[in-house]
Amino acid sequence: MITLTSENKMAALLCGIVFLNLSLFVLGGEMKNADSTKQNRIEIKDFAFNPQTLTVKSGKKVTWINRDEEPHTIVSVEKQFKKSTALDTDQEFTITAGAPGTYTYFCSVHPKMTGTIVVEK
Amino acid sequence: MSDFISHDHENDGIDRRGFLHCMAWAGTGLLWTISGGVLASRTLAQIAKAGEPLPATDLSFLQISDSHIGFSKEANKDVTATFKIALDRINAMPTPPSFLIHTGDITQLSKPEEFDTFDEVLKSCRTKDVFYVPGEHDVLNDGGKLYRERYLKNVEGKGSGWYSFNKNGVHFIGVVNVLNLQAGGLGQLGDDQLEWLEADVKDLGSSTPIVVFAHIPLWAVYPQWGWGTSDSERALGYLKRFGSVTVLNGHIHQVLQKIEGNVTFHTAMSTAFPQPAPGTAPSPGPMKVPVEKLRSMLGLTSVKYLQGKSSLAVVDSNLS
Repeated sequence: MITLTSENKMAALLCGIVFLNLSLFVLGGEMKNADSTKQNRIEIKDFAFNPQTLTVKSGKKVTWINRDEEPHTIVSVEKQFKKSTALDTDQEFTITAGAPGTYTYFCSVHPKMTGTIVVEK
Repeated sequence: MSDFISHDHENDGIDRRGFLHCMAWAGTGLLWTISGGVLASRTLAQIAKAGEPLPATDLSFLQISDSHIGFSKEANKDVTATFKIALDRINAMPTPPSFLIHTGDITQLSKPEEFDTFDEVLKSCRTKDVFYVPGEHDVLNDGGKLYRERYLKNVEGKGSGWYSFNKNGVHFIGVVNVLNLQAGGLGQLGDDQLEWLEADVKDLGSSTPIVVFAHIPLWAVYPQWGWGTSDSERALGYLKRFGSVTVLNGHIHQVLQKIEGNVTFHTAMSTAFPQPAPGTAPSPGPMKVPVEKLRSMLGLTSVKYLQGKSSLAVVDSNLS
């Protein structure tokens, strides 16, 4: 239930963001377009991943966006998905959720920052 | 000739006879050194045999840190300009420092053009000798390859780029604690580097002044923000027996100092932008201050080793 609430809040926030941010980035081999607002998003703000735990369906895309003035990275703890390059302010990184399971990740620049993706069938 | 002091007018532990005695010995290759307030003598042959550095003499050097070339956000839209001001301050010093130490975050995003700008601006500095350790911003995407190619030319870098050298009898150790960081953890030195460190100091006399420099503080400044190094205790354990250890760090963009036994820990200001005091903001990101206040929160650190003093004099000055 907590996850659903967070997602709703995030969706509302992202509607606002898309008006402000017309720049589109190509990262992680994924081209962004208007549909990206419907994806599962994780915002990086104040040295934290928000939401810290995100639950997605297998095959869906997950996108991180960096809202800090510090560069951050997304690195799978168990090397289960390709790591991002350093994201500068407003840059994004997208992966496609693979097999069901729990995936933990962190920022290799600021390793105190950790997060989890739960992939469901 | 007696070995005992009979008249000590200056109260300096030596009389005329003792002095003459000393001079006689000097003719045969004995060096008197004053280190940590302790008068000691060793023959040149002994020194050569033990592979120890020559006795310490006066020395001054300068620490600069966190220049973040490439950063252009609100906290400082022209970090190249403030870096230049820092170099101007160095050039204006009546006695130029023997060398500089840069304690990391040369760049904001490890980009070749950012390193280029730094190198170009640095050319204006009268002091040419610079020793580096990387910050996490210098090793973002390539594990530090580009950093090492550029900044370890003059030293014998081991592993991911750590090294040591001697200057005027002071032993300097540059360590790397920004690579291979673990999820949930802090800065890290790693087993290989720690083993090297243990061997590096093994044969040094305990009176040798030690200066360790690294980007992330080697003490727990504020672990909640990642301001610490997980295995620094082990490193400091190898340095416990030394009478004078000075630890110079950057990373936190503000001056903090702690003295613990013979060890003085010190962090330097940035030349780019300040960061909040531990725990006083939601995150350790760049701190925005009024433009007229910015230069008072940027700066550099001058370090002097004076023969006979047990600890090094560390003096910070801002750019205002």
